[in-house]
Formats: sequence, structure tokens, C-alpha cells
Amino acid sequence: MTIVEAPVELPVDATTERRRAIQAAASSSLRRRKLSSGIAIGVCWAFLGIAIIPLVAVLIYVTAKGLPAWNVDFFTQSTTPEGIPGGGVWNAIVGTVEITLIAVAVTVPLGLLCGLFLAESNGRIAATLRFTADVMTGVPSITVGIFGYIAIVKNFGGYSGLAGAFAIGFIMLPVITRAGETAIRGVPQSLNEAALALGARRATIARRVVVPTALPGIITGVLLAVARGLGETAPLLLTIFGNQYLQWNPTKPMEALPILIYNNSSQPYADLVQVAWGAALLLMVVVLVLSIGSRLFAARLQKERR
Amino acid sequence: MTMVDTPAPTPAPTPPVLPVTRQGRRLSLPDNGYRTMLAVAAVIVGALAVWLVVAIVIQAHPAFVTLGYSWILQKTWDPSHGKYGLLPFILGTLESTAIAVVLAVPIGLGTALALAYLVPHRIRSVLSTAVELLAAVPSVVYGLWGLVVLAPLFRTTVEPFLTAVFGWTGLFDGPNEGVGLLLAGVILFVMILPTMVAISRDVLAVVPKEQVEGAMALGATRWQVLHKVVVPGARTGILGAFTLATGRALGETVAVAMVIGNSPYIAHSLKSPAATLPSLIVNNFGESSGTELAALFGAGLVLLVIGISVNSLARWLVWSTSGGNSQAGAR
Repeated sequence: MTIVEAPVELPVDATTERRRAIQAAASSSLRRRKLSSGIAIGVCWAFLGIAIIPLVAVLIYVTAKGLPAWNVDFFTQSTTPEGIPGGGVWNAIVGTVEITLIAVAVTVPLGLLCGLFLAESNGRIAATLRFTADVMTGVPSITVGIFGYIAIVKNFGGYSGLAGAFAIGFIMLPVITRAGETAIRGVPQSLNEAALALGARRATIARRVVVPTALPGIITGVLLAVARGLGETAPLLLTIFGNQYLQWNPTKPMEALPILIYNNSSQPYADLVQVAWGAALLLMVVVLVLSIGSRLFAARLQKERR
Repeated sequence: MTMVDTPAPTPAPTPPVLPVTRQGRRLSLPDNGYRTMLAVAAVIVGALAVWLVVAIVIQAHPAFVTLGYSWILQKTWDPSHGKYGLLPFILGTLESTAIAVVLAVPIGLGTALALAYLVPHRIRSVLSTAVELLAAVPSVVYGLWGLVVLAPLFRTTVEPFLTAVFGWTGLFDGPNEGVGLLLAGVILFVMILPTMVAISRDVLAVVPKEQVEGAMALGATRWQVLHKVVVPGARTGILGAFTLATGRALGETVAVAMVIGNSPYIAHSLKSPAATLPSLIVNNFGESSGTELAALFGAGLVLLVIGISVNSLARWLVWSTSGGNSQAGAR
């Protein structure tokens, strides 16, 4: 920029002068650019720090508050009203596990078949369905809860674990479908062609070649969907209602961990809030174990294939 | 892509030299059962989505019959006097989301850039995995943390400080209550941050290496490379990531219901208690019936419309970045 200001009245040393001027201009520009780069990069680092602080704080705080609540009773007894010592979250564990298992049992086959359909089709119908599945992941969870209430609770005899499983399944279904499609599309075409050349039927190929090969991706998708379903609170509030007693029958109102946390945390009693922290830690640990486990599992399967 | 296309549009003339897959399909007529099964599954999934919309519209219909259409934008929610205005809740939803997004856009983008280009390789994968895992922490846990830890901190420290510094703007009028619009926005920010960082890091990391190296060869500083090459290259994808995160913030229910104070009035400052559409639904659902219940379904419908619009926009943005590939938007 400042090159024009180079002195011109020195014919002897003109080249040197000019070179010096250019160098000065370049190095001042470089210094300026380096400074602003340093500042901006520093801001990026600072933002990384800001982002990590609350996230780590949540992890540490929940662990510190929740761990003291853990004991044998916590895992084996049902919840007690305020003031009565002892009591745990066994009823909520039963509810959460049962609801999640029912949801998984229905949505995994359905989602996988739908994923196979999407992976094998490229038509307009498939594109529409793909878009629908994507939009389904964006439906607010409370709206899914309303749907569960309208579709199941109102029509089939009131609040029940099954209604909760329906709502949770609705949330998991598009995740499993799309993860399944992505995993299945990753199966090398040569495997398909080889199986076809051997005269295998499509159903056989799907069962014996495609799905086994795509298994790591499918399992990761399913476990991530389960992790998401486990933590959902709003849909459950509108469908399973909550129940402070142990209930194995999924056609009756049940308790679940997220509901217990939500209800207990708004109580003014320290012991109930304590149980909520314990439940929060339990939920978080399960979700983290599922997430990490699915990653490790997928990585190991991938390695064995090589 | 992997396999043959749908059986329906078979090109009429089939030349003798066919790809193996085509021949396979032609030979395998008994596969109709398999095809049917897949189609049935696809129809079920599609039908569920349609059923959701139809069911909510039908259940919300009585509210529109009794109250007309203007009730959605009326200001007063007072069921005992037959007033079911949703405006305070629509505003509360949009305002808390706006706070979250205003905080999350710069911080999320900076974090994603740092994770994709600045952090040393070893720590990178650990941090990235940690961020992704945090996206899986249940929202009710964030809500509990916000209520127990952040609310007192806001009441005693953060809100007095903000009032002292920014009080002149009028945004911080009123008593320091801890719970309220600001805290809800901050909790939403913490919740959507992992989602945003994870997705935008992915799109930032796939900017072609040649472009980055080209810019460096021309003497650009690190920041110039990030600012002028990497971010523009991933622009639409980043936009998609932020819009997806916005959608999540709009629909978040319990975490917000725990920290927003649940007041059915339009907030006059950032410290005021407020309410959102989801928190309204979850707090009143148990005790309502008749028109009030229909109005709550109507609130769900409004939320659904907002949520689907935001999500479709995000999908379209992500889809158009990745060049219209049918695989796009898989994330």
C-alpha cells in the first residue's frame, strides 16, 4: 500500500531502496495480519473454553450430587413420599426399561425395513418418504406426546406404558430409518452383484448379505436412537402419567426416570431432590455408556471385517 | 445407488447386454413378497407422520370453532374467563430461542472452527467425541442443573451485574428472580451447543484441502484461511446446522418449563418470568378439558408448524450445500 511513497530521487540505489520499501510495507502488512489473526484465533480458543465450561460443569455437578444418592435401596425400592427415608427408583427403572424395550421391539424391524426400502429405491416416492422421515425428527417432542395422548390414551383406556412406548417409538423411528438407510447404502455393490450372480433372491440377499454387512452402522443408529428415547420427558408426561408404585403391566400408568426427575425437582423437600439427582446421574450414565458402547462396538466390528 | 431402482418404471426395450443387477431383478420374480413387505413398512412410516398431523388438527379444531382464528394471536391466557390467547407463549418461545441462538452462533462457530482446525490431533478426537456425547445428555438433566445451580447464581450474581452494566437499555428491568426468560435462553444455549458444534464441525472439516492449502500458499494467515476460505466454503452447511439447533430449542419442553418461571404474561424484560408453547402444554395438560384442552392442542399445532418449517428449511439448506445428492441430509 505504501509502495508509492518510495523515494525516487536516488538513481544510484534505486533498486535497493525500492526493495527496502516493499519489504517494509510487506512486513507491516504481515504484522497487522498476524496480529488480527492471533486475536481471532484467540477468540476461537476462548469460545472453545466457554463451550466446554458449562458442559463439563453439568457432568461434574450431576456426578457429585447424584452419587451420594446411590445405595442398594435406590436401585431396589420404589419411591417413597417426602419425609419417609429410604425408597429408590426401582419403579422408574422398570418403567423406563419396559417402555424402551417395547419401543425398540417395534421400531427396529419397522425402521430397518423402511431403511431397506429407501436404500433400494431412488424414485419420487422414496424421496418423499425420506423427506418425511427427516421432518419427523424435527417434530417437537411435546407434539409427539400430544399425538400419543390423542392416538392411544384417548382411544385405549387411559394413560399407559404402551402409550409411552408409542410416543418414544415415534421419536426413535425416523432416526433408525435414516441410520439404517445410510448404513445399507454403504454396503459395496459388488457383494450384491455376487449374491445376485449366485441366483439368490432379494429377500435372501437382504437377510444374509446386506443387513449383516451393514450391522455396525445399524447398531450405532439403534443405540443412538435408544439414547435419545431414554431421555425424553415431555412425551412421557402426556402418555404414561407417572406412578409412584411399582407397575409391571404396560397397559397401566407407569413411572419413568425422566418423569421422576421432573416431578421431584420441583418439590421443596431435600430428600426428593436428592433422589432426582441420583436418577439424573443414572440416566446420564446409561445414555453415555450406550453412546460410547455403540461407537466402540461399531469400531470393533469394522476392524474385524478388514 | 447401491442397488437397482424401483421396479415400476422398467424401460421397455431391454437390450441383451444388461448389468448383472438388472438381470438379477428380472429373474427374481418370486421376490414380490419381499418388495411388498418393504413397501408396507414404508407406508406405515409415512402414514404415522400423516396421522400425527391429522390427529392434532382434528383435536384442535373445536378451539377454532369456539374461538375463531384470531385467538392464536390474542394476549390473554385466562381459562377461567374463556380467554386462550397464545401470543405470550409464542413470543416466549421465540424470545428464549433467540437468546439461545444469539449466544450459540458465535460460540458454536468458534468452537467448531477450533475443533476442526486449531486443536492438536490427539485432543481433537477426544474433544469431538465429548461434545457429541453431551448432545445425548437428557434435557431434563440440563433443566435440573439450571434450576438448582444456575438459578441462584443468576439471582445473586449474574442478573445484578447485567442490570448494573446494561440497565440503561431497559432489557433488565424488574426484580432479580433467577428463573425467567434469560435463564431459559441460557439453558437452551447450553443444550443446543453440542448439536451445533458437532454438525458445523463436520461441514467445516470437509472443505477441500486444496483450497485451504492454496490460500496458505498465497500467504494468508491462519485466520484469513478460516475466515475467507473455510467458513464461506461451509456456509450453507453451517446455516443448516444452526437452523437445526434452532428447531431443537423451539421444541424443548421440560428443561425450559423448569427454569422459565411459567408466567402467562408477555415478558417485559429479560429477567421476567415467561412461558413457552411447550411449557404451557406440559403445565396445563393434566387439569384441562373442553375448550382449554382443544386450545392446548392448538398450541401444539402452532408449535408443530413452527418446528416443521424450521426443520424443512434446515434440511433444504444442508441438501443444497451438498450438491443435491440424494444422500444429503442424512445427518
